[in-house]
Amino acid sequence: MFPDDRRYTKEHEWVLVSGGAAKIGITDFAQGELGDIVFVELPAVGKSVAQGDVLGTIESVKAVSEVYAPVSGTVTAVNALLAEKPETINSDPHGAGWICALSVATPSELDALMDAGAYAALTGR
Amino acid sequence: MAPFARRISLSAEIKKTPLHGIHVEEGGRMVPFAGWEMPVQYSGVLDEHTAVRTRAGMFDVSHMGEVEVRGPGALDYLQHVTSNDVSRLTPGRVQYSALTTPKGTFVDDLLVYRMFEGDYLLVINAANTPKDLAWLRTHAQGFDVRVEDVSDRYFQIAVQGPRAQEILQPLTPAVLPGIKYYAFERSKVAGVPALVSRTGYTGEDGFEIYGPWSEAEAIWRALREAGKPAGMIPAGLGARDTLRLEAKMALYGNDIDDTTTVYEADLGWIVKLEKGEFLGRAPLALQKAEGTARKLVGFETEGRAVARHGHPVLVEGVPSGSVTSGSFSPTLKKNIGLAYLPPGAAEPGTRFEVEIRGRRERAVVVPTPFYKRSR
Repeated sequence: MFPDDRRYTKEHEWVLVSGGAAKIGITDFAQGELGDIVFVELPAVGKSVAQGDVLGTIESVKAVSEVYAPVSGTVTAVNALLAEKPETINSDPHGAGWICALSVATPSELDALMDAGAYAALTGR
Repeated sequence: MAPFARRISLSAEIKKTPLHGIHVEEGGRMVPFAGWEMPVQYSGVLDEHTAVRTRAGMFDVSHMGEVEVRGPGALDYLQHVTSNDVSRLTPGRVQYSALTTPKGTFVDDLLVYRMFEGDYLLVINAANTPKDLAWLRTHAQGFDVRVEDVSDRYFQIAVQGPRAQEILQPLTPAVLPGIKYYAFERSKVAGVPALVSRTGYTGEDGFEIYGPWSEAEAIWRALREAGKPAGMIPAGLGARDTLRLEAKMALYGNDIDDTTTVYEADLGWIVKLEKGEFLGRAPLALQKAEGTARKLVGFETEGRAVARHGHPVLVEGVPSGSVTSGSFSPTLKKNIGLAYLPPGAAEPGTRFEVEIRGRRERAVVVPTPFYKRSR
């Protein structure tokens, strides 16, 4: 259900690390709970965040929800596709619907995050 | 993401409509609402919203409260507790009205059905049902009238959309083209005695069907099948909210409550001062003569961020209340909302600001309703 190549937070973000860069998005469970997404407020490239800081905001028709940084780091890229097609998060949350990339400041923070199995258990799937 | 609300409430008090099993079967996402476990969506809010605007959607609204008011004093009593003129209501017609406080604010907004002479049915908001009943009973003193809560006796299913009539017609002997807007007929649906009312909360043509609780499932299934060729789908509370907002229909607890008067809510058409005394008449008469200090208006925001209930409003930089309802409008593909603004700022074209998550976004007053169906 949830890809096992990455880590998950209890706030329903995923983080996929390759080298020193981490790609971040929200999970399929989260997009399902939010429903139709109409707007994504992306962070500025170059912004430094600590683990748990607000990275951006996702608005669905029903509700608004914040995206928290799963790990500390500096924003190196954002998914520009989301400005025009925010619904990509609904259709492909673990792939084309990624939100931003961070350079990881403290790799040990990753160890405390959940693996796919633990996250699936959290969501009851 | 913030942690999501629990899907299943632990409270033993949560109520289920007779269609609960069907919602689960249909893939409805169930959430607690006004003390009931209700479907917020099935296939998705945008999909359901579009279905209602272009084809049809069906809603379970059995959580709504129903109250029978009967007796020789029923007319005088309803004239006393509501702001509209019940004497103008002929049998078979429905009236939108306000249950008013002595201040001219809302105890609730409601529909009044005139069944027979001295026999009315009130349809009230689910969350307000206990409060309204207490209010109605308190103010019944001195009137020859009986007030009875029949909420658990009636299911209510709304069939809304341009194709509602053609879907419902084969299932009922009632001649639907003969039922005008805000009129009803006691008839049958799928062989079951039911009240068929041409009313709704979506801004589309459509019907609200009331019938005995025990028959809800049979009628839902019959309607669901009948609606399939026309593309009707079940719709939840999420779409109900975006649909009613586009039509600028007030939502109690968001846009109106016991602190907002009927005139402030821009619902002066349901205040009939000339009918004589009623609860709240004096302050309302004063507001009619002198104007109100604020008025509920519709607005659009320019940015992509959505103004939501509770976001602060600033007129010329000065805090002036807050947003009462706000959403992305699936029909207009814009962000819309409602807010109370001072009279000087209430004209269409007036610019102001809404503070969304600490940032001031530009907004402009627009004419309402945001959406009006073509007839």
